[in-house]
Amino acid sequence: MSNYELVCGLETHIELSTKTKIFCSCTTEFGGDPNTHCCPVCIGLPGTLPKLNKKVVEYAVMAGLATNCEISPVSKMDRKNYVYPDLPKAYQISQYDMPLCKNGYVELSNGRKVRILRIHIEEDAGKLVHQRGSTYVDYNRGGVPLIEIVTEPDIRSIDEAREYLERLQLVMRFLGISDCKMQEGSMRCDVNVSVRPQGTEAFGTRTEIKNMNSFTHMAKAMEYEVNRQIDLLQSGEKVVQETRRYNEEDDCTESMRGKEDAHDYRYFREPDLVTIQVSEETVAQLREKLPELPHQRLERYRAEFGIPEADAQQLIKYRRIADYFEAAIDGVQNPKVVANCMIGQIFSRLDGDSAKESFQVNVTPENLNALVKLLDEGKIKMNLLKATLEKMLDTGKAPGELISEADMGGVDADALKSVCEQAIASNPNAVSDYLSGKEKALKAILGSVMKATRGRADAMEAEKLLIQLIQGANAK
Amino acid sequence: MESQIKKLHGLMQSRQISCQELTQNYLDAMERDNIKINAYVNPTAELAMETAKAVDKKIASGEELSPLAGIPMTLKDNISTKGIETTCCSNILKGYYPIYDATVWDILQRQNAVLLGKTNMDEFAMGSSCETSCFGGALNPHDLSRVAGGSSGGVASAVGGNLAVYGLGSDTGGSIRQPASFCGLVGLKPTYGAVSRYGLIAYASSFDQIGPITATVEDAALIYDAISRYDEKDSTCRGNTGKPVSESLNNSIKGMKIGIAKEYFDGIRDDVNGAVQNALKVCESLGAEIVYFDMPALKYSLPVYYILACAEASSNLGRYDGIRYGYRTPHYGDRNEMICKTRSEGFGREVKRRILLGTYVLSAGYYDAYYKKAQNLRGTLVKAFQDAFGKCDAILAPTVPMTAFPLNFTAQDAVETYQTDICTVPVNIAGLPAVSIPCGFDAAGLPIGMQLIGSSFSEAVILNIAHQYESAVGNTVFRSADMGVKL
Repeated sequence: MSNYELVCGLETHIELSTKTKIFCSCTTEFGGDPNTHCCPVCIGLPGTLPKLNKKVVEYAVMAGLATNCEISPVSKMDRKNYVYPDLPKAYQISQYDMPLCKNGYVELSNGRKVRILRIHIEEDAGKLVHQRGSTYVDYNRGGVPLIEIVTEPDIRSIDEAREYLERLQLVMRFLGISDCKMQEGSMRCDVNVSVRPQGTEAFGTRTEIKNMNSFTHMAKAMEYEVNRQIDLLQSGEKVVQETRRYNEEDDCTESMRGKEDAHDYRYFREPDLVTIQVSEETVAQLREKLPELPHQRLERYRAEFGIPEADAQQLIKYRRIADYFEAAIDGVQNPKVVANCMIGQIFSRLDGDSAKESFQVNVTPENLNALVKLLDEGKIKMNLLKATLEKMLDTGKAPGELISEADMGGVDADALKSVCEQAIASNPNAVSDYLSGKEKALKAILGSVMKATRGRADAMEAEKLLIQLIQGANAK
Repeated sequence: MESQIKKLHGLMQSRQISCQELTQNYLDAMERDNIKINAYVNPTAELAMETAKAVDKKIASGEELSPLAGIPMTLKDNISTKGIETTCCSNILKGYYPIYDATVWDILQRQNAVLLGKTNMDEFAMGSSCETSCFGGALNPHDLSRVAGGSSGGVASAVGGNLAVYGLGSDTGGSIRQPASFCGLVGLKPTYGAVSRYGLIAYASSFDQIGPITATVEDAALIYDAISRYDEKDSTCRGNTGKPVSESLNNSIKGMKIGIAKEYFDGIRDDVNGAVQNALKVCESLGAEIVYFDMPALKYSLPVYYILACAEASSNLGRYDGIRYGYRTPHYGDRNEMICKTRSEGFGREVKRRILLGTYVLSAGYYDAYYKKAQNLRGTLVKAFQDAFGKCDAILAPTVPMTAFPLNFTAQDAVETYQTDICTVPVNIAGLPAVSIPCGFDAAGLPIGMQLIGSSFSEAVILNIAHQYESAVGNTVFRSADMGVKL
């Protein structure tokens, strides 16, 4: 790699989470028995006509605004003609020379901008199911709305490609216009890869790797492809412009079709649909409706709440988590406590990305909010908060049900002293260990103090007192 | 001429005839005469009698019914009818039973229309003689050695032969007006967007429009009023937003300006020219003013139409691949072979010719030279018509440069056949309304047609002029065929 530089552009397909399909009123719900989410329109029966779903245009405009695009006041739909059994009309209704959004960008953490050439809307195709030597077609996905986001070749490393895609995913999720699940195909991308000698301007010949459906595969495929192209160039051979696929089993890319087999899509204007017009007013209204986007939230968490950037990153990684956090900090004096509860205790109960994405936890944000407010009001100490949160996570109960009135009062100085004395008396071994220099032994004694007070004691105070008492006794 | 629909409506309302008797008359006539003219490819006798029975019940209970209730009619076989085989007269769609109704059929069913059957047509509406039908062509009821015309030939043959009171056809480049002209009938091609295309099996989407073929202008107006409704299923459909056109038929046409563009008369047969000139004199005698002008853009009509219509057709017909419905070849190895053989065996010559032509003009490398240029010229033609309607209220022109072709005439030279569409295609290119009405006969006694062309959504204007003309010439209108139902 050292003498070569990667040049990469991405074409990302994102399924929009509208309730109904792009040209009919069938549901877009994922799954279902084959061909149950279908009607004459989405299976392209003779004589049927498409009717554009307004929500699709709105969602696509929102995607454009969130990625700094210009919104075209006038655009149109075109037919992309090709024959494949998953495409019942033998053409896909898409946009060709007049996309809905163009000339935007996504900014990466290193400050570089990945320019977006265009965002257009189109319909998804159905799915072929190969079973027992036969092939079946399931059109449930046929007609689900998609946006395709095409970048300029501005990406210079695999890390940048991954970050761009992660940012895009996050933004779309925050907009609430797609769940962007790569594993379910609601986000998938084609990667255009070429290499050139460091410091040169001219682009090398590119290859396109189709249909990446995970970040890991994308990174692996790119790495393989970059090395393959460099090897070719170094041995004096040429890179052939072609479409390739990633082979997971052998971790390599392989040729699908060459340039000479490139499709002639015979694009032309879709005569069954009228021109799409998006007024300035509509754009302004949608801009108004845009939620606070992830990078804006991150900045607020960092600057206003003093949450470390790494923690803030975790909180905004999924829309549900970020929204949960927002609800839980409502009226709280120190949002950082909420952040710590979530990252420290709640997240440890979630296994993996998909658990975080769905974020099903026993504790409602209101209950967490109530718990942290008890701390604000001085009614409980930090350690009781933590213990209570564990119980809440186990039982789903509200903090009030778990902390009795009696629990909430602190422990007064006299009572604390007597509890500490008892703890010292019943832990002679720990005391002698401590005196012989093992400072950790003190924790065991402190533990029995906390246990005796059911967590109400101030741990710092108790520790101080224990040291005093042990050293006092020893001095005698 | 008296409205056939109103006459029959009156007879049923006054209990002089029941709907079942009326329907049975038509079914009997079909049984007897369809074999001669091949107008129907799929009669629906059972459904017709069922509907007739229901209509009689409604009449007996004193329910107020629309004028179309109980009137026996027909639909071209490219209009989707739920549960009734709809083939576009193509082998590739044999055995296709739509699972939904076309909007126009939905509207007419609600008005208790009695469907006698589906009628013959050129395969996928491509043709000018009805002879490209996989069922063999429909014949001209006035001369069985002549074609009924295309592509809605079956509808014209059925109505002209008194085997239906009216029918709905589709007009992409003249397919309603030309057979109406050949069979001595009234054929209305509505403004693009006036009638929903939902359920009309597409030939060329930006040209196709459904319209009626009837015996009289008033019938055409009644049908147009019924079917020109806004339909949310068709984005390009607005419906007629004005008042019912049947209310304007009796207006005086005094002072109206009728335009004559000389290009419409280039290469027209003398007798046809003469008949149209005579009609012009009738209009003048009714007080209309004649305005002469040139429309040089009209000379681009045929290439523009054949390039754009074939381009759209090549895309619209891609879905017939044997996978989901219709014909599938019985012998094949892999999927590609299945699709290729299904299409080779399922489509006829004319359809294949247009698919190939359309695929060619859209291909990379040829797009700019053909498709794009034709699109630009389409704009020029739209503009030429706009200019013309600045000078006149309607344009009068022949419908076809000749009268009905002898059988097999069109099979000899495709390009020569395309040229007979010269007078009809311009309005489809510009999306305008036009009505063809009979205006005389040739020496062999075959009907000659002329058309009145209007600006967008001016159906009321052209039907008014047509009705006034028809009333003036009265019984000279040709509708003689010695067959079918006589009432």
